[in-house]
Amino acid sequence: MKVAVCIKHVPARDSRLRIRSDGSWVEERDLSWEINEPDLYALEEALRIRDAAGGEVVAVTAGPDRAGEALRRGLAMGADRAIHVASEAFTAGDAQVAARALADALAPEAADLVLTGVQSDDKGYAATGVMLAEMLGLPHSTLIMEVRLEDGRVRARREMESGWFEWLELPLPALLTIQSGINQVRYATLKGIMGAKKKEIRRVEPALADGSPTVVEALAFPSRDSGAEIFEGDARGAAAKLWERLRRDGKVR
Amino acid sequence: MSGEIWAFAEERDGAVRPTSLEVLGAAQDLAGRVGAPVAAVVAGGNAARAADALAARAVARVLALEDPSLEPYTPDAHARVLREAIEAESPRAVLFSHTYRVRDFAPKLAAALASPYVPDCVALRVADGEPVFVRRVFQGKIDATVRARGARPVLATLQNGAFPADAVRDGRAPAPIERRPASVPPDAIRTRVREVFEGVKDRVDLSRAETIVAVGRGIGKKENLAIVQELADALGAEIAASRPVCDSEWLPMDRQIGSSGQTVAPRLYVAIGISGAIQHLVGMKGSSTIVAVNKDPNAPIFSVADYGIVGDLFEVVPALTALARGGAS
Ligand SMILES: Cc1cc2nc3c(=O)[nH]c(=O)nc-3n(C[C@H](O)[C@H](O)[C@H](O)COP(=O)(O)OP(=O)(O)OC[C@H]3O[C@@H](n4cnc5c(N)ncnc54)[C@H](O)[C@@H]3O)c2cc1C
Ligand SMILES: Nc1ncnc2c1ncn2[C@@H]1O[C@H](COP(=O)(O)O)[C@@H](O)[C@H]1O
Repeated sequence: MKVAVCIKHVPARDSRLRIRSDGSWVEERDLSWEINEPDLYALEEALRIRDAAGGEVVAVTAGPDRAGEALRRGLAMGADRAIHVASEAFTAGDAQVAARALADALAPEAADLVLTGVQSDDKGYAATGVMLAEMLGLPHSTLIMEVRLEDGRVRARREMESGWFEWLELPLPALLTIQSGINQVRYATLKGIMGAKKKEIRRVEPALADGSPTVVEALAFPSRDSGAEIFEGDARGAAAKLWERLRRDGKVR
Repeated sequence: MSGEIWAFAEERDGAVRPTSLEVLGAAQDLAGRVGAPVAAVVAGGNAARAADALAARAVARVLALEDPSLEPYTPDAHARVLREAIEAESPRAVLFSHTYRVRDFAPKLAAALASPYVPDCVALRVADGEPVFVRRVFQGKIDATVRARGARPVLATLQNGAFPADAVRDGRAPAPIERRPASVPPDAIRTRVREVFEGVKDRVDLSRAETIVAVGRGIGKKENLAIVQELADALGAEIAASRPVCDSEWLPMDRQIGSSGQTVAPRLYVAIGISGAIQHLVGMKGSSTIVAVNKDPNAPIFSVADYGIVGDLFEVVPALTALARGGAS
């Protein structure tokens, strides 16, 4: 069983974001970075499948040099090898650009199962995995909360709205986008971190012939004028003012 | 008939889903500004009833794409039927609602058509006669203005609740309905739907709670939940959570609020250490009073909150608990 998993390097969730002076994207200097959260769940699921069925896990990312860090972390968690599709162009490119580059890198791998996260924390297209499936000619499903492999097929439990689910069956090879919460993600051990240094990260250059079908013209912080009345002061002072207001509104006794 | 703005209406058990009306209203508005006709498009095993409902709206025509293979829903059938329709008719833009179903097939459709795809938009503008899309990035913290390049039809999805459903205009006379039987060969559908079921059957019903104290990832770890539970107890409130808290198994799944959890509208909703991602907001924004406690002044939760405290929850929450206890005595 060969499982490929797409992991994206994104700004840490509680980063203080600043918009570049030309408005084109956020200032990337002095941000800290992490693996996109759903992708950690996808990687964990890939490792569990390999541990149960044998085979290998190949981690793939498309991004600039810094994104190699996500792959090293993935290898430390237990992936067997990694592919870095390296280009600065992914910062400005949309989901279709990422999916095309990932498809070119993954086509020769002919993996039995390709996993991605449902959505990236930075661009949030919720699209790259599904586009990748189309480009690789694979059947797919999204928002997967449970994976069971059977002979030549995969059964997947898909999350729907308001607590509903469906069980689907797809022939292999297939692509699934993994939803957060599917499993409990392991931590990299010291041994894993040491072992990762000997594992292969293959670097490939993407073709990027067509440019991005969509372009970001400008970023801006949304106006918050319809927002909340903020109670100022130290914690106890602010809490007291809030409490008084809630009492006056009849919301608390 | 090229150059139309299409509104894709999602059909469920014969009816048009309410979020599709938001899309239709937005399509009418966009079409008016770029000077294009609007068509409503519905796909299903039997789309007749939904098509009739759509024909009452102010649209140039309704396209009903019908094929037994569209039931039950699979991305293969939906993407194929829509691809054929879009290739045949060349609309200028197709608008969808950003639902779980659309997220499942629209990116495939965009890739197959090599069309620009702009998901989860919160506003549509027009500049130089061209649509300009506004979508949220970085988990709702920043707005991005986006334009499509090239001449292919643009596919865009609209965030649920971002466009008013009551903006849809009715037509003076019923619009013509064009029924298009599709023909999807059986082997084109690779996914089999085996079972559809409700996750937790006898879950706690939070929709009846008068007061809810909801906790997010800002709490840091499970052991810290005690301070939030104390506040909930002092207020006589139910405790609830954002998804990551339930994903980490700090609280059971059935206390999750949001698009994949429960929808609530209590008299008072206190959000503690919750950033306010759209998937959380859809589950609680109908609450009559919303209080947010968050250390980040830019957290999106403050845009739906009535009252807020910008500060460390580990200081603010015990202070509130003390006040609540004092008030009760
Ligand atoms: C298809 C789909 C469905 C989803 N369904 C749901 C759903 O039903 N419900 C749901 O909630 N989410 C859902 N999500 C996830 C959602 O997108 C967000 O990731 C999630 O809501 C974030 O939870 P959070 O606000 O607790 O965490 P974070 O976004 O990590 O926010 C934590 C907040 O805590 C604040 N904080 C940290 N420390 C402190 C402190 N000491 N004092 C005060 N504040 C502090 C931070 O400033 C931050 O704003 C879904 C996502 C997808 C893609
Ligand atoms: N540049 C990238 N490198 C690797 N994986 C990616 C990249 N962009 C997106 N993905 C994958 O696609 C998923 C959805 O991302 P998005 O479409 O941006 O919301 C992510 O969770 C990743 O698994």
